[in-house]
Amino acid sequence: MKRKIHLLCSLIVVLIVFSASPASALSEAYKKNIYNPGRLKPTDSVLKVTVGDRAPNFSLPSLSGERISLSQYRGNKNVVLSFVPAAWTPVCSDQWPGYNIVEDLFKQHDTILLGITVDNIPTLFAWTNQMGKLWFPVLSDFWPHGAVADTYGVLRSDGTAERALFVIDKKGIIRFINVNDINQRPKLEELVQALEGLGG
Amino acid sequence: MSKIARRMFIVLSAAAFWAALLVSLVLANAAPPQPGGLLPGFKLPIPEQAADKEYLGLTTTGSFTIAQIKAQVVIIEIFSMYCPYCQREAPEVNRLYEIIETNPDLKGRIKLIGIGAGNTPFEVQVFKGKYSVPFPVFSDEDFTLHKAFGEVRTPFFIGVRINDDGTHRVFYAKLGGIEGAESFVKLILRLSGLEQEKKP
Repeated sequence: MKRKIHLLCSLIVVLIVFSASPASALSEAYKKNIYNPGRLKPTDSVLKVTVGDRAPNFSLPSLSGERISLSQYRGNKNVVLSFVPAAWTPVCSDQWPGYNIVEDLFKQHDTILLGITVDNIPTLFAWTNQMGKLWFPVLSDFWPHGAVADTYGVLRSDGTAERALFVIDKKGIIRFINVNDINQRPKLEELVQALEGLGG
Repeated sequence: MSKIARRMFIVLSAAAFWAALLVSLVLANAAPPQPGGLLPGFKLPIPEQAADKEYLGLTTTGSFTIAQIKAQVVIIEIFSMYCPYCQREAPEVNRLYEIIETNPDLKGRIKLIGIGAGNTPFEVQVFKGKYSVPFPVFSDEDFTLHKAFGEVRTPFFIGVRINDDGTHRVFYAKLGGIEGAESFVKLILRLSGLEQEKKP
């Protein structure tokens, strides 16, 4: 009897979980070129850094052709690292375009945004072209594959990155971390609050 | 567990199972609005801003239906602040508003609202502020309305004719931009039947 009840309850849970598709109001800007991987495990990695740690330095190629190092902003600017899982996927495609219209919010807090994925440069080029001209650098953590994501502890077991935000102050100290449910976009106000918390 | 309690549990579990199945089927089958059809049943919160409230002709507090808007035609834009297409389209939609508001034959008869799919109230206001959107915009943070609208891509425009008896009819529903404010006004006037009617 107990087994039957367990089975029934499990069926209900499974049904409810799978009836809820990953919510995303995908922009028509991408036409039908977005691959939908379906609902994914919300997080699939273990952070290797914590708030208060010195942010590990890295140097990655950017879309503009130059290499960008985290250390080049030390003493000059606060930095937001925005890891997104992969190009041409639903939620990722509707995240950076939002950041693209709030450059003023980042500037207000003397902050640069660095967008990072584990895709290669040609893929990032084609994908971000659909977003309009981005004001922030887009970096490729493609090779060694996902090395920077792994250093921060946001590389998933399938080789994509988590949907994660790191706010790093001018001294290079991590002040905010959000490893979001990969199926959802982080709320903009949470990032803005983190920027406000940086002070002058 | 007594026999009666066991039976009750089985009945309740079965009811929950079928309810979950029904909900999942309804969600899965929600189709985008079609010309000639009706909007899904939903209410929006009456705006707090006096200007928005006055524009919509709403005098009470609480919530309202589209058919309660004081207009003969309501244009609904499903958008997202994260959608690059919606961002590019915003100035043209603003122009649509201006064309309507500066034409004495149209002012008061056609009203616009925006629904930010998956956008928090903060995000919706960011979009409104960035593009100086002059008409009311509403947050659909948890995608409830977006799901009811068949999870359309964005931007998606819906034209609704409000009848004198408080009923309504969708006469336009299309994915993508308005393709020129002037021609869109003509299209709306023709499809809604408004062009044959004199201003009341």
